[in-house]
Amino acid sequence: MVSPILELSKINKSFGHVQANKEITLKVNKGTIHGIIGENGAGKSTLMSIVYGFYQADSGTISINGKTINLKSPRDSILSGIGMVHQHFMLVENFTVLENIILGFEGEIVFGKKLEQAKINLKNLCETYKLNIDLDSIISDLSVGFRQRVEILKSLYRGAEIFILDEPTGVLTPQEVDELFKILRSLQKEGKTIVLITHKLNEIMALTSEVSVMRQGEMVGHKKTELTNKEELAEMMVGRSVLLRINRTEAQKGEVVFRVNNLQVKDDLGVMRVKDVNFEIHKGEILGLAGVTGNGQTELLEALSGIRKIESGEIQLFNETISDQNNFLNPKELKEKGLVHVPEDRQRMGLITDFKAYENLIFGYHHQLPFSKSSILKEKDILSHSRKVMEEYDVRPQSPHLITSNFSGGNQQKIILSRELNENPKVLLVGQPTRGVDIGAIEFIHQRLIDMRNKGVAILLVSVELEEVLSLSDRIVVMFDGKIVGEKVNKDVTDREIGLLMAGIA
Amino acid sequence: MEYFLDIASLLNSTFRISTPLVFAAMAGLFAERSGVIDFSLEGKMLTAAFVAATGSYFFGSEWLGLVLAIMACVSLSMLHGFASVTHKGDQVVSCVAINILMIGLTTALAAAWFGEAGLTPTLNNDQRFLEITLPFADALRSVPIIGLIYSEILSGHYIFVYMAYLLVPVVYWVVFKTSFGLRLRAVGENPSAVDTAGINVFSMRYKALAINGVLIAFAGAHLSTAVNANFFREMSAGRGYLALAALIFGKWHPKTALLACMLFGFTDALQIRLQGVALPIVGIIPVQFIQAIPYVLTVVLLAGFVGKAIAPSAIGQPYVKEQ
Repeated sequence: MVSPILELSKINKSFGHVQANKEITLKVNKGTIHGIIGENGAGKSTLMSIVYGFYQADSGTISINGKTINLKSPRDSILSGIGMVHQHFMLVENFTVLENIILGFEGEIVFGKKLEQAKINLKNLCETYKLNIDLDSIISDLSVGFRQRVEILKSLYRGAEIFILDEPTGVLTPQEVDELFKILRSLQKEGKTIVLITHKLNEIMALTSEVSVMRQGEMVGHKKTELTNKEELAEMMVGRSVLLRINRTEAQKGEVVFRVNNLQVKDDLGVMRVKDVNFEIHKGEILGLAGVTGNGQTELLEALSGIRKIESGEIQLFNETISDQNNFLNPKELKEKGLVHVPEDRQRMGLITDFKAYENLIFGYHHQLPFSKSSILKEKDILSHSRKVMEEYDVRPQSPHLITSNFSGGNQQKIILSRELNENPKVLLVGQPTRGVDIGAIEFIHQRLIDMRNKGVAILLVSVELEEVLSLSDRIVVMFDGKIVGEKVNKDVTDREIGLLMAGIA
Repeated sequence: MEYFLDIASLLNSTFRISTPLVFAAMAGLFAERSGVIDFSLEGKMLTAAFVAATGSYFFGSEWLGLVLAIMACVSLSMLHGFASVTHKGDQVVSCVAINILMIGLTTALAAAWFGEAGLTPTLNNDQRFLEITLPFADALRSVPIIGLIYSEILSGHYIFVYMAYLLVPVVYWVVFKTSFGLRLRAVGENPSAVDTAGINVFSMRYKALAINGVLIAFAGAHLSTAVNANFFREMSAGRGYLALAALIFGKWHPKTALLACMLFGFTDALQIRLQGVALPIVGIIPVQFIQAIPYVLTVVLLAGFVGKAIAPSAIGQPYVKEQ
């Protein structure tokens, strides 16, 4: 029997009135890859931040190798051999790799001998784990995958024995994920222990030997990975059985309703981000746009929805030009023609988070009947409408007067969807519909999108979640460096094929 | 030869005039590199000028005056830290409060203690810093060019002038060659990265503010106990703001900030020279227009030539742990 290297017992943590962790108990065995799975907001990251000393638990004990330790700051946990790769990398962007790694552990007041020694040690570590990092590169010049490696190297350099990785694959291409998994396995081979936090069941099945499931701040079970399956874990996460595969029937495609010809779009800094893009969307189909974050999807979506001016080319809706280099219709005019937009960044563009739910539920449509008459809002009608759609879309809690920022990500997204879908659009542009949304709500949102498609709406789905694109789309286009680098009918297409296109390799 | 002496005296004034700007810009550099906006350089410089002059007068020692000025400025920096680091208040508002408070307080105290005019008593030569003649300055005066540069431009300054110009390489060394500097720059760019590296973000910012307080005190003492022999109301005359502009124009880097300070110092020296001089075609320009040159230059430079902002990323943001 292997001994636990990390043991948590009865950990409690509250933020204000929200109890993020309740009586959490966990044992992680030395030399294993241990998965912690749960929906967004289940308390996984909070728990691991406590282990990393970033937060202090209200009660409970943490022991390493059977010895209880008192973690007052990240420094204590680093010195106890714990390293953490955060979801948002903790790197200074305009520093070199070397500067980022030695930060806080310089070992000398004036740089000199120790710095030279550190360089040698780091080069050795890079070789041992095949990290292939140039210590003098500036972080902002590195790809996301490499930044993550810098984080791993940082923990290695500080002598970590336990590596905590928080949602490490969220920002990676499938190929980068493979590379990461290789690195994690070689860490394991060297006797290191890895705690992997994720909400992706595939990763748990592929990598871990043991898995712990969290739900709403509580630990609901521990399993040996080989003795469980995705369905069981999903049920434990959500607390009820979940449909993992969406029921997608053959599309009843109609005529082309939305067309983009030779579109070029620049970003705010004047850099061309969308380069000569062409595609069309038929009535009753979902066109998926896959790609790694930052390859021009954001600018494309903004141009299509009338927020951003285009450089050249044209955009047509029902064979009528809605945007060319001289003119473009604004979102309000587009709405009147039946084109609606569910933006990528819902908190910045989709909602005014300081406003009440019922205000956000009518925003953009507030100037028209039944919500207002002669420029005066009809509060009674707005509230009854709000209650109706909140029930229909299962927005929880069902209180129209609650400030929007107090709703969870999934419920905020439902507020936007209910608003935009209410007017029976003909064309729907939707960006990252399930980013930061829990499994239960993902299922609901996906089903809504399929329903809309079946009703004959033409949908453009822009998402960096490859799984989402594959499970919803009828056709898939892949964007890389501002160009459409491939188009596939979603039949017998694999995630590997799309992944290679996303990486700009195929 | 006469032209050379003109130029020499112009450069000599440039060094003298840019000295408080250099101290203030370096003080600002520490605060702003740590992520704390320091808009209160003006108020602190004024405070230091008042405290240094008053201290020298009462205790008969210009050095004691300087020490008291340092204590006063560090206290104000800590106040700024308490409001904007510990309590996460708006940094600009905290600075504006300090500026308004100190403009009023120095004027009021000067009037209460020393009479209506608000002037502190004139310091005698034992109570103030005097110009230092470098060794052999007189002897070398006759050596062509080098001797003249040495005796006319480099020699004969107040001690603060030499300190200011020696300070810049020291600041460069601290910021870029020591672990303290690495942490300082990191905390202004990404405090979360510093926190997760096990370093206390708040204590780093307080340390930076303490250094800020010490350095700005030299600027004030230079004004009231070296160049002048007393304090008068609002004697800092916007130099704190000019220094901040120089810091921004110099992209928060000691070397370029120094050059910016010298540029401002040079234009100021030039405008003094140009006052009353008849120029070809236009004739004598009204003095108010001439005096406005350094300020107009500031606006023009900041508006047009700074290029892309590369301020420390976390500047102005109180540090709050993410949830």
